[in-house]
Amino acid sequence: MSEDQAARAREMADAIYRAESRRVFATLVRLLGDFDLAEEALHDAFRAALEQWPRDGVPANPRAWLVSAGRFKAINGIRRRARFVAIEDVAEQVDAVADDTPPWDGEGIEDDRLRLVFTCCHPALPPDAQVALTLREVCGLTTEEIAQAFLSAAPTLAQRIVRAKAKIRDARIPYQVPTPAELPQRLDSVLRVVYLVFNEGYSASSGQSVTRLDLSGEAIRLGRLLVELLPEPEAIGLLALMLLQESRRAARTSPAGELVLLADQDRSLWNRDQITAGSALVERALASRRFGPYTLQAAIAAVHAEAASADATDWGQIVGLYDVLLRADPSPVVELNRAVAVAMRDGPAAGLVLIDAILARGDLQDYHLAHAAQADLCRRLGRTVQARAAYERAIALTRQEPERRFLERRLSELSD
Amino acid sequence: MKFLCLICAEKVMEQMPEADAEKHFEEYREFTKEIRRSGHFIGCNRLLPPRAATTVRVRQGKASTTDGPYAETKEQLGGYYVIEARDLDEAIQVASRIPGAWIGCVEVRPIAEDE
Repeated sequence: MSEDQAARAREMADAIYRAESRRVFATLVRLLGDFDLAEEALHDAFRAALEQWPRDGVPANPRAWLVSAGRFKAINGIRRRARFVAIEDVAEQVDAVADDTPPWDGEGIEDDRLRLVFTCCHPALPPDAQVALTLREVCGLTTEEIAQAFLSAAPTLAQRIVRAKAKIRDARIPYQVPTPAELPQRLDSVLRVVYLVFNEGYSASSGQSVTRLDLSGEAIRLGRLLVELLPEPEAIGLLALMLLQESRRAARTSPAGELVLLADQDRSLWNRDQITAGSALVERALASRRFGPYTLQAAIAAVHAEAASADATDWGQIVGLYDVLLRADPSPVVELNRAVAVAMRDGPAAGLVLIDAILARGDLQDYHLAHAAQADLCRRLGRTVQARAAYERAIALTRQEPERRFLERRLSELSD
Repeated sequence: MKFLCLICAEKVMEQMPEADAEKHFEEYREFTKEIRRSGHFIGCNRLLPPRAATTVRVRQGKASTTDGPYAETKEQLGGYYVIEARDLDEAIQVASRIPGAWIGCVEVRPIAEDE
């Protein structure tokens, strides 16, 4: 093989690593029954590819080649360790790996990725471990990248992942797609992890550091993978919701890093491709008639996205969607959002009555956005004293710097 | 693989009104029959209330005995099942049918496979 071909083979191995390593990994976990063994086998397989492909050429099915090579290396590794452990144990381990695995035919690789997602998001694992494990094993991020994205220490995160893997092994958390009976609850857990990752990226996007990993982008990739593998209505709804929220990213903050409210955003900055894709997904999820909270939130986001200006927003439709959402997934936060929509449709006084009632009930007392919404409606009604008190409560409760600055600006603009 | 299902609740059968206790016991009989049939059953026992418990410790060769369970919690250990299950999902599926899970909760613990 010429130098040129060899260089091309190396390049291809790199490209295949980027595109396929997680799929190969997912299959190796199934074949080897162990995350760490699979990770090691994956690296051995790619090392072998980098040696052999430039010399012998790239195989016809590189993915199958890598899976076979990884499995072979793992069995050899177990045999090699035989020198240090009792020989029966090794025989058993090799049998376990070699036996119940029919020759790999390339089928079911998508199922393996889905197995991996469901195992990483198993509700028997602590929620923060589900998030870390999913980013590590499904998205292939390094522990350092994940730690940086969540502003936590790498050793803490590494330990979380090690503990989660130990529980998977010890409690025998299975590597399988849940049965239809288990699916709704298990899918909830997966969607929650994806949305958590998205929100971490979304609310941190105004943060200080520009080197922080794009978690929202990772979450959207995960969402796409889910919709491709398991097109359940709520998976589609969640992807739609993420795309529609992400479409406003450029307009959400001013060049100076200040927060810009939906009504004041420059809509020409909204990402049209994401809106089109998101709205189409909303339609698809709604058409299933088995949709839930994610789809409804996406539908609300779509109504906003489709309005040419803040004034042209169809608030009647938004209130209606909140009504349905409140029935599907009752929560004080949804009630608060509905109250704001009512204020837009029927005027500030109508919305304020609802917000006052929520706060009087004792709900959302510690939620800065409830006080901020109350303050805003009071301001619009000219009730300056009440508005000032509510802004002050909101400022005391907010923990995000741009939000605090925004509220202080509003407070200082109040006439005396 | 074997799993221990520890049944915890604020009330054990002795503390229920008689009709409730009888009904609850009947539900257990039915559940036990089912998992015997399905092959998950290995063993089970109902425990007498914590007031009948004694805790024993040995320190420096000296045994000390105290009244009551080793942990003071509102939820009490009321009984257990030992089951055979392929993996955690199957164990959860069986545990979720234990009548005590509807009023209290069930801790599912893998049993170590020591020689």
